[in-house]
Amino acid sequence: MAAKKFDVVVVGTGPGGYVSAIRCAQLGLSVAAIEDDRPGGVCLNWGCIPTKALLRNAEVVHLIQRAGDFGVTVGEVKADYAHAVKRSRSVADRMAKGVEFLFKKNKITLFPGTGTLKSKTTVEVKGAAGTETLEAARAIILATGSQPKSLPGVTIDEKLVISSNGAVRNETRPKSIAVIGAGAVGMEFADVYAAYGTQVTVLEALPRVLPVEDEDASTLVNRLFTRRGIAIKTGVKVSSVKPGGPGLIVETDGGRVEAEQVLMAVGRGARTAGVGLETAGVTLERGYVKVSPTMETSVKGIYAIGDMAGPPLLAHKAMAEGVVAAEAIAGQHPRPIDYTNVPSCTYCRPQVASIGFSEAKARENGREVQVGKFPFTASGKAVALGETDGFVKVVADKASGEILGVHIVGPEATEIIHEFAVGRTLEATLEEIMHTIHAHPTLSEAALEATLAALGQAIHI
Amino acid sequence: MAVTKVVMPKLSEQMEMGKIIKWLKQEGDRIQSGDILAEVETDKADVEMEAFGSGVLRKILVPAGSQAPVGTLIGVIAEPSEDISQLGGPDMAPQTPQAAQPAKPSEPTQPAKPSAPATAGAGATEMANRPAAVPPMPRREDHAARTPSPAAGPEAPPASTRTAPGTPARPSAPAAPMPAAASLEGGRVKASPLARKIAAQSGVDLKLLQGSGPGGRVVRRDVEAASAGGGGGARPAVMPAVAPGVEFEDRPLTPMRAAIAKRMPLSKAPVPHFYVTSEIAMDRAWSLREELNALEGQPKISVNDFVIRACAVALLHHSGVNASFQGESIRVFHRAHVGIAVALDDGLITPVLRDAHAKGLAQIAVEARDLAERARHRKLRAPEMSGATFSISNLGMLDVTEFSAIINPPEGAILAVGSVRTVPVVTEDGLGVGRRMMLTLSCDHRVMDGAMGARFLQDVKRLLEEPLRLLV
Repeated sequence: MAAKKFDVVVVGTGPGGYVSAIRCAQLGLSVAAIEDDRPGGVCLNWGCIPTKALLRNAEVVHLIQRAGDFGVTVGEVKADYAHAVKRSRSVADRMAKGVEFLFKKNKITLFPGTGTLKSKTTVEVKGAAGTETLEAARAIILATGSQPKSLPGVTIDEKLVISSNGAVRNETRPKSIAVIGAGAVGMEFADVYAAYGTQVTVLEALPRVLPVEDEDASTLVNRLFTRRGIAIKTGVKVSSVKPGGPGLIVETDGGRVEAEQVLMAVGRGARTAGVGLETAGVTLERGYVKVSPTMETSVKGIYAIGDMAGPPLLAHKAMAEGVVAAEAIAGQHPRPIDYTNVPSCTYCRPQVASIGFSEAKARENGREVQVGKFPFTASGKAVALGETDGFVKVVADKASGEILGVHIVGPEATEIIHEFAVGRTLEATLEEIMHTIHAHPTLSEAALEATLAALGQAIHI
Repeated sequence: MAVTKVVMPKLSEQMEMGKIIKWLKQEGDRIQSGDILAEVETDKADVEMEAFGSGVLRKILVPAGSQAPVGTLIGVIAEPSEDISQLGGPDMAPQTPQAAQPAKPSEPTQPAKPSAPATAGAGATEMANRPAAVPPMPRREDHAARTPSPAAGPEAPPASTRTAPGTPARPSAPAAPMPAAASLEGGRVKASPLARKIAAQSGVDLKLLQGSGPGGRVVRRDVEAASAGGGGGARPAVMPAVAPGVEFEDRPLTPMRAAIAKRMPLSKAPVPHFYVTSEIAMDRAWSLREELNALEGQPKISVNDFVIRACAVALLHHSGVNASFQGESIRVFHRAHVGIAVALDDGLITPVLRDAHAKGLAQIAVEARDLAERARHRKLRAPEMSGATFSISNLGMLDVTEFSAIINPPEGAILAVGSVRTVPVVTEDGLGVGRRMMLTLSCDHRVMDGAMGARFLQDVKRLLEEPLRLLV
């Protein structure tokens, strides 16, 4: 059978793949998209979106449990975990359909199946309907994403040892769980399970939870989680995970943990196997596909974006890369991505969001810094909401006022961070934030106050 | 099918690039043909650009502050239902990839768009409450305290005592606040706040930098490259800020100065100039002018208006001077469109008084003043800057006895006008005092010869010395 010809063939329709496909179509290119699961990839189906739905459930449970604070009397509270997962699935289904709709709207042809490079310009799709060959006249965009990693000697069976893939699907929750890894994924699931009454133990090899965040953020989140009854052990190395006890026995250099299940959240690795990278001659670097600033791989005409192209493994970074790749393919000159200005967000309670350098990193880089911190306990809006845990911390260059990094723990932290993302894109300094009137009362005022604090001029503390 | 392509107009004969100063209409605005869409800076002046079609301004492709070559698509006017995707890409036609499918059918009515997949999920955000009547922590405003000021030294403590003890000191670098704002006002430099601060601290003059940010905005890396000695490779070399005592500075050419520099040799070298000078007795014209200017309700008339009128009348009788060399032929004009050189701070510009031969002195006075006024404010429209058949350059106000001017091709001649001076003159009775003015005509020898130029000048002289002829 003759190969079907398209300008661009996109392999994988996660946030990087579908955005690049749509951008290519917008630029007048004909696009084929290949997906071996469901459109939307891990993000929409098994990651970002369904976990946000679960976390919202956890938040609602938490709110109802403290209804008394608001003078609301509730009867016996029953939180149905299976229902939470079902709601999460329906949210994911809706979003996946949204991607299919966007594909139709943009005349993108979706090929269900597994895509494999057969040459520098052709991709073979193996699906339920048979095998087809797609020929890319202009470019191939690889966006196959990533998959959960495990510890050596520990197999993820999605029954006892589960990954986020299993956790997001299982309608039953264990009575106890050991979460290995205190990054965003580990902390978010710890939050959800704990809200529904599971006994959670978080094990982290590094000295603190959310190790990529500013130390102040890690310290506060650790304290708040511990206060909620979540056991957190940092600086411990897991030596083995074996059946036994209630289900599994986790041996660490800091003692033994028994739990019904283990959630493996030690990170994700690029999905590069089976893509046919060797066939086409695409080279890897430290486990990820090596790319140029316009996302082109070592092979001309083959682009790679998203998780497979390297850290940070974040959906919004993948989307931005998808746009850059599409525009480069269309002959434009896209602005390269500023990887120092990618917000990082964890949606546990309280939320954690950051951008740029931590205070320690800024100092390590030899910057003389001025730091301003404002606690939500001093924010009228946060007090009114009854959500006063957290702070906004601004790290700036002392001489120029350059905003080097911002770290937020607290209500809607993941929304507030964008003020600083825009500011940094525009090269605003503390003064521009200072002279921006922030509506009162809002949580965002804390951003202004932290900025003022860095200048030694905070009003409300 | 009313899709109107908005292209960078050719607003003067030698214009190659134009810069959008600002868009007066935004994407989505409804446009009537003839509406002013944008202001464009050319090598000559700032010009208003008109719409040549009606519809909705669907797309702006060249943002304010950016330059584009003449003829480049800079915007699209079309009805909302029109498909402009074939025009639309931010990059223009030559680079735009060939669409494999011939055209994207327009789909103006889509079913309700689902919210962007990645942003859904978490539900209701808290609605912002209106500020309470009594905010929990009322805020005082104290501008002085909120603007870090270098004056806030020990002898001048901050007006406010709010600074909590132990909080980090405010940046003490004297240059930190906004010294660069001055240069911003002076030269409209587009620069990021951070770039401005670093420039102020490192002594880099932002005006000398070419920004690499969006729309030529000077961003941090430009300043850092400049202060590091221009070692940034791709960055254009940059002059350090001028310190007292340096021997010279190189000022970048303004578009206008560049145009003059490019244009004048194109005249002087290929156009064989010759010059004819004549002294004019201006006594009668002077007193006539005083009489006219004493009339109530009449526009004030300048000496130059007399010269314009005299030239316009004379040109009709000397078509050999009102002519242009065209290579294979000589084009002789039957109308006198007189260019009037107007000096600006950074160059000059020659607006054109059209059909001057058909206009009276009063009308010439009014129009010439209006043109000069708008030329100084760079508010001329394109047609007002081209099409002269003859030009006049007057340096009389600068106490110049006489000078010779360079012809502005394709015109055939230009008249240089000196001051009206009070000088001793020989009269029939002996010596007296008279008002005299020197006129020097520069002529293109390819078009005319000395005698032709001289005869024209003689006529101009007669008209000015018998000025009532200018009124009839």
